[in-house]
Amino acid sequence: MSSAATRGPERRRGLSRDAVENALLRVARPVVIVLLLLIAVVPFWYMVVLSFRPLDAVARDPGALWVPLADITWSTYLSVLRPVAEGGQDFLVFIRNSLVVALGTVVLSLLVAVPGAYAVSRLEFFGRRRISALFLAVYFFPAILLAVPLFVFFTRIGLRGSLVGLLIVYVAQVAAVTIYMLRNYFDTIPVSLEEAAALDGCSRLQVMRRIALPLAMPAIVSNGLFVFMIAWNEFLFALLFLIERRDSWTVSLGLSQLAGSIEVPTTVLMAGSVILTLPIVILFFASERLLVGGLTAGAEKG
Amino acid sequence: MSSLAQGAAGVPAPVAPGARGGRRVRRSSRAREESRTGLLLITPTFVIVVAVVVLPVLWTVSLAFQRVRLLDLRDTGVLGDYTLANLADVLTSPGFLESLRTTLVYSVGGTACAIGIGLVAALALRRPFRGRGAVRAAMLLPYVAPVVAATFVWSTALSPQFGVVNHWGTELLGWDEPIAFLSSRADTFSLLGWEITVPTALLTVIAFEAWRSFPFAFLFLTARLQAVPETLDEAARVDGATPSQRFRHILLPQLLPTIAVLSVLRFIWTYNNFDDIYLLTGGGAGTQVVAVRVFDYLTARGDIGAAAAQALVLAVILAVAVTAYLRLFGRREEVA
Repeated sequence: MSSAATRGPERRRGLSRDAVENALLRVARPVVIVLLLLIAVVPFWYMVVLSFRPLDAVARDPGALWVPLADITWSTYLSVLRPVAEGGQDFLVFIRNSLVVALGTVVLSLLVAVPGAYAVSRLEFFGRRRISALFLAVYFFPAILLAVPLFVFFTRIGLRGSLVGLLIVYVAQVAAVTIYMLRNYFDTIPVSLEEAAALDGCSRLQVMRRIALPLAMPAIVSNGLFVFMIAWNEFLFALLFLIERRDSWTVSLGLSQLAGSIEVPTTVLMAGSVILTLPIVILFFASERLLVGGLTAGAEKG
Repeated sequence: MSSLAQGAAGVPAPVAPGARGGRRVRRSSRAREESRTGLLLITPTFVIVVAVVVLPVLWTVSLAFQRVRLLDLRDTGVLGDYTLANLADVLTSPGFLESLRTTLVYSVGGTACAIGIGLVAALALRRPFRGRGAVRAAMLLPYVAPVVAATFVWSTALSPQFGVVNHWGTELLGWDEPIAFLSSRADTFSLLGWEITVPTALLTVIAFEAWRSFPFAFLFLTARLQAVPETLDEAARVDGATPSQRFRHILLPQLLPTIAVLSVLRFIWTYNNFDDIYLLTGGGAGTQVVAVRVFDYLTARGDIGAAAAQALVLAVILAVAVTAYLRLFGRREEVA
């Protein structure tokens, strides 16, 4: 892309083309950066602005990308958070549900997958390669293919509407990512450390708990954050399983269901969007380095 | 400049950490203990994955060959009446082939745009400047934000009644009337006397996909760029290579393997995507991808057999395509 855009006319040979391209790049680079930044950020800015504007002000001037200080209103947030009985949208309940599901997924998936990742990285056992291939395949599976039987199954046993069913599905979905990320990290820890501990008389499980786990803590934390984000943001399975029970909706599901209705003003739902997005953004900026490192670990293999 | 390209291609790729090998020989009792511990540690994950992923998938296959509706669900067992009728019906039903085509256009278009923008972003942010860290983090926002919030903001901003895009479009850009970005199947524009018809809603959902996943490409390309040895670039500069030549002959060959991997990953995910289109258009206005169609058959029509059959066709096509790709171009990096 940039090569085509910056290939200047070749009037004189050598130096001049270089100079032209460099001059073009000097202008183009900041322009491109600002443009991309705007593309990435403006929708979120728009979200925040709408959430603080009174509805009639939006109708009068839909183009405003800022809120005059005098106009700022918090009523949207109050109305989205209040219980239904008080004319609100019950988002406090949705937040609690989302938190329960997301935190539960993090804890359960780590409990299950940390030993698994260690085993796949360190221990020679029957079927090891096949099992990691299976987990990787899960990662690329069409969720909709799973949706059909799980929908049928949960309908049959009456687990539709239960957060527990959702939790189990999420753990199975993220187990693959977790094992893959953590395995890569365990691979980078020198075996010699563990061998030394083994010589000192530690059993395999002691070696794991005293040496490998503490060393892998950064990876485990970043993976936990990543899993939290996946579970908090998930939509399809929440839609399939929880839709009939309003009191077990997650924030994502609640927002999507209310967005279709005419009774709830857009500005109120924007406040809901901010509430849905804010935890993720805070989490992301707090842990960006860790997360990005964990995500791209192994990118260099490419 | 071909010598430059050869030079770049001759540089060995960085070796993956944790390469195994060498420690094979071991006493057998220790090996047996290790094998037992390994199996023990992997079992919980294995059980969950089999129970919630593998068995359901097998069940989908079985359902695809049965006439099952949600209403008579209680009477059907695993050993129902197997029939090819679902598959036949689904393949010949109106709209299925079109939704397959839509799925392909959507995934190819979305993947290409996302990687293109990601590449531009990675190159633009390559040299350090003040505030680069913050800019980089901000650019990842679309990727980490919850999809429901992102689609809601987009559909509000694009709304013909009170959306900011149509407001500024009609005020500043001189649009004759607001554009129904998400509900118009096709629009005709005249450009320099040419009448061009574009599939508006489909282009909009592709743009959304590009916006949402370019950060992913950006992230991985940035990581790869950082591993390109600085000396290569300097040597080329000393030799008088211009920026575009340095990109073409030094950076691009280094980035190509990453771009290839990204293409496969993004294609798979976009192809399987349900959320974005369901939330943006509900599958209307020419944007019905197969995943959304499966969902409609499952919930609105309660036709489980047909839903399973379509999901199966979707998955089989993907599996064939990815296998063919890996056979042709893969084998370079070992996956498992």
